[in-house]
Amino acid sequence: MAEPLLRVEKLVRRFGGIIATDHVSLDVAQGELHAIIGPNGAGKTTLIAQLTGHLTPNSGSIWLGGRDISGLPAYRRSALGLARSFQITSLLTDFTAADNVALAAQAHDGHSFRFFADARKERGLREAAHAALERVGLTHRADVLVSRLSHGEQRELELAVALATRPKLLLLDEPMAGLGATESGRMVRLLQELRREVSIVLVEHDMEAVFALADRISVMVYGRVIASGLPSEIRRNEEVKRAYLGEQHVVVRHG
Amino acid sequence: MSKGLNARQAVAALTVAGLVLLPLYSHLTGNIFVLTLFTRIVILAMAAASLNLIMGYGGMMSFGHAAYLGIGGYAVGILAQEGVGSGFIQWPVALAASALYAVVIGALSLRTRGVYFIMITLAFAQMAYYVASGLARYGGDDGLTIYKRSDFSGLVDLSNRVQFYYLCLACLLGAVFLIWRIINSRFGLVVQGLRSNEQRMQAIGFPAKRYRLVCFVISGTLCGLAGALLANNTDFVSPAMMYWTRSGDLMVMVILGGMGTLFGPVAGAVAFLVLEEVLSQVTEYWALIMGPLLLLIVLFGRGGIMGTLGRLDRG
Amino acid sequence: MLLLVEQILNGLQFGLLLFLLAAGLTLVFGIMDLVNLAHGSLYMMGAYFAATFAAWTGSFLLGALLALGATLVLGIVLEVTALRHLYGRDHLDHVLATFGLILFFNEAVRLIWGPAGLALPLPSWLSVPVEILPGVYYPAYRLAIIVVALAVALLLYLGVMRTRIGMLIRAGASNREMIGALGINIKLLYTLVFGLGAVLAGLAGLMQAPILTVQIGMGENILILAFVIIVIGGIGSIRGAFMAAIFVGMIDTLGRAFLPDLLRQVLNSAAASTAAPALSSMLIYLLMALVLVVRPEGLFPANRR
Repeated sequence: MAEPLLRVEKLVRRFGGIIATDHVSLDVAQGELHAIIGPNGAGKTTLIAQLTGHLTPNSGSIWLGGRDISGLPAYRRSALGLARSFQITSLLTDFTAADNVALAAQAHDGHSFRFFADARKERGLREAAHAALERVGLTHRADVLVSRLSHGEQRELELAVALATRPKLLLLDEPMAGLGATESGRMVRLLQELRREVSIVLVEHDMEAVFALADRISVMVYGRVIASGLPSEIRRNEEVKRAYLGEQHVVVRHG
Repeated sequence: MSKGLNARQAVAALTVAGLVLLPLYSHLTGNIFVLTLFTRIVILAMAAASLNLIMGYGGMMSFGHAAYLGIGGYAVGILAQEGVGSGFIQWPVALAASALYAVVIGALSLRTRGVYFIMITLAFAQMAYYVASGLARYGGDDGLTIYKRSDFSGLVDLSNRVQFYYLCLACLLGAVFLIWRIINSRFGLVVQGLRSNEQRMQAIGFPAKRYRLVCFVISGTLCGLAGALLANNTDFVSPAMMYWTRSGDLMVMVILGGMGTLFGPVAGAVAFLVLEEVLSQVTEYWALIMGPLLLLIVLFGRGGIMGTLGRLDRG
Repeated sequence: MLLLVEQILNGLQFGLLLFLLAAGLTLVFGIMDLVNLAHGSLYMMGAYFAATFAAWTGSFLLGALLALGATLVLGIVLEVTALRHLYGRDHLDHVLATFGLILFFNEAVRLIWGPAGLALPLPSWLSVPVEILPGVYYPAYRLAIIVVALAVALLLYLGVMRTRIGMLIRAGASNREMIGALGINIKLLYTLVFGLGAVLAGLAGLMQAPILTVQIGMGENILILAFVIIVIGGIGSIRGAFMAAIFVGMIDTLGRAFLPDLLRQVLNSAAASTAAPALSSMLIYLLMALVLVVRPEGLFPANRR
């Protein structure tokens, strides 16, 4: 088996007395869509934060494309091809949609110590931005301030921003959170297309979406991965049923 | 944005036109005082504009910006005292000293956030203030008189009131132009992005601290130039130039005019200093009115002059 | 040796005074999240009130008591009319608005009491030296400051740690939403806390008054020191404020006392006497910078968020 794109080994993160990440190991192969599910408070977002470098693990290591990135700051990981979307929409709200995406493209197009030329007139950046916006179907909203976009549009923009960094691996933290049925459907179709181009780690509560999309699923409970495998295996797994799927209706309501 | 001038642009254009024509008015009416007053205003407007770059666009609330006025000023004063009268040496030294101070202070201060940043910049400025008070050779607490203004080998004569005024105005407009280019450049967008959402900027691949530091240094250097001008204007430098209330004044100008707007600090400086002048003519106790006025501006005048005009434009 | 004991006591006395100022500031900061530059003005007003009332009544103690009451009233009026409307606003707004208040207070004092300073003479029973160790004399008044300030610090500590109000105050300093959830009248609590801070500032001002002259702007430098202290100690932490205040008081006093002699060994005496006070003032800011670089949240951060 070839070297996995992302390899997480025995990752541990504590907050005071609580172990939020308890010796988590995880492999994501090239081209795979790997879903991470688990009840609220299972430590999914904490795990994502460590993968992106916003949080430092207490021990364990993270490898991207065969390279140890455990000690790198967030911006260096981004340069190596790791992109994320945030669970709670986190955009530059006083910028337009196009500016948000163009900045992401700019981050990966040489340094930004250019002080004089108007960056909004750089064709390369604008074209990259429009390509990413088109990808998620937001072209017509390019010049609208983010604060005036609908929630669904902001979720899509999150994706466009991540895409504009031309990532190898996309970490999506609950991209369907707060979306209505129609918007969710659109998001699923969008991810269906994207997975052909880029490997994805998907944290999501929407079980229907997860089982429709994922190649493999890992289940987290109380900071630990209790099961990992094909969707069909996870569906049959007794421990998962007991710990999680059995109370799915409760979780979804919380979600 | 609609065609033609909106209210903000109109006010900016009128302010610039007024500043350009001011020496003519002074000449025609024989009112020399107004020229002296406005030379000071133009210089402090430049300091405020430089503060606005980090405060308004970069989200870095520095409460120690007056330190650069002092450093730029003392560079000129000390060199003059030591017999180096040429502006071609004095001014670059003033800029370099300010930049160097900004690099050191910025590298340390930018480790902190929020109120802590406000306080640490204040503390460093107070330190600079005490350093200046301790310079026995250069007057200590009493300050240092500059007997000869910076000499530019006949290019401009700084002792000529009108020439000096126009030099200051050129520096101000040059600074505003530079800031305008910067805020629309790649660099400027990054800095503004960091103000808006640092975590997001890191996630898409920008090393935050580096960009912030460079912005901090640009701002400090510009303010150092204002300091060199101020020293020439008053023919005198003293620790009081960097006292914390002076930093407070600069903040007031920026906020009064409209933080994060290009012309806001200029409008703010003109409004603040003219108001101060007018009030002090009306009553000896002008601060009795100015103080509560500031409070009211904070409570009701969100966005300052430019913010209010902006609301006017949108109707 | 004698000099050292005396200077250490002076440092302690100054540190305690700073603590009184910083305690109110850090409470207001920790609980209402308000940056109040005008805190130094309350300190100044305490001194002016005391000087005036002492002259009227002819009694130092009566004057001091009246001054404390007056500062309390002033603080409450200030909170209700102006500062209350700043809660929840940007820190920058606080800085600007309270900067305006400083201008106002300084000018008001100039209008009422004139530009020249006032003196607050000590009663004779406080102006004698006391023998604290065999052969070591120390001014009774400074000793009284130490005793009063320590007592107030102890009361404050007990009040905050043991009483119901104190519990609320601590809860508020670490979690602002919580006191709201407990159904407490937040407005009233805020006014009380601000009033308490004002009284502490006024007390510090009036106790300092007989040592220095009572003058306009006397609250400004010491306010910055108080800010330095709460930043070093960690915003919202009374304990941190206490430690940092003593520390800063010592450095400032001992620096001023001994640096000139130290410097004279390397500089000529005129240069040394100019440079020394500057250097000792610098030391404090250097210390603060150092603390912030190493521990950006201060030495004893209160559990915020």
